[in-house]
Amino acid sequence: MISLTDFLVVSAALFCIGLYMIISKQNAIQILIGIELMLNAAILNLVAFGKFDRFNNGGQMFALFAIVLAAATTAVALAIILNVYKQYKTIDPGKVDRLKD
Amino acid sequence: MSLAQIMFYVMSFVMLASALFVAFTKNLVRSIFMFFITLFALAGLYVLALADFVAITQIVIYVGGILVLILFAFMLSGKETLNTIMQQRKQFISLKNVPAFLFSALFLIVLINMIAKVDANNLYWIKKSVAMKNNIQPDAAMTENIGVNLMTNYLLPFEAVSILLMIALIGAAHLSRKEDSQ
Repeated sequence: MISLTDFLVVSAALFCIGLYMIISKQNAIQILIGIELMLNAAILNLVAFGKFDRFNNGGQMFALFAIVLAAATTAVALAIILNVYKQYKTIDPGKVDRLKD
Repeated sequence: MSLAQIMFYVMSFVMLASALFVAFTKNLVRSIFMFFITLFALAGLYVLALADFVAITQIVIYVGGILVLILFAFMLSGKETLNTIMQQRKQFISLKNVPAFLFSALFLIVLINMIAKVDANNLYWIKKSVAMKNNIQPDAAMTENIGVNLMTNYLLPFEAVSILLMIALIGAAHLSRKEDSQ
């Protein structure tokens, strides 16, 4: 039987990799991938604890909701990134420092 | 050591190694394709946590939807993104990434400490759930139960998510529209 602590340690490591990507990358798409990694770490925790809720399925259900929300977030974020690229010709968040007008 | 445990360690090794590759490689396209492998290994971990429906959803939505979207956005945003990558130095960790590396490593240490203190296997509600046979058995088919729960207990969050998805759809379409010349 796989213990809960193993799942928690793996997801903590994944979360920290995502954190590193968010802080260090200069590319909006890579930052988005870092956010996805952190979200996946959270979903892994939900699923691991959801094993102990057979009748209500709380963990798995909210893991599903989190996956759907992540998809919506990514679609909107990519639309914003494309718009930023059209406006500034770069997607480095450090260089996007002007408002529209 | 049972087969499930060996599979768990293999899956988590593949997952963490490919995530590290995603974080440290200089080639953006290659990092996106390694992200693919990370997501597949995560789906394997969900199966090992006895959540097969979530694993299938992960593959369908993440791998089929999000990853294709990311690749699409990358291809559309063109050469400039590659140029910013190429300007970075060839070192494994360049000097300006050291604070980020230190921060995330220290955060990992804090998290591991906390996990060791919590001792999740002996939490009160988990012991109670095992005693009342409320934990999922490996041979149980949970998909039917998930469907019933989705339409009864969790109907409100389900509807809220559907409204939010519609808002996001309209918002994304509006954002990526060409601007009127007026």
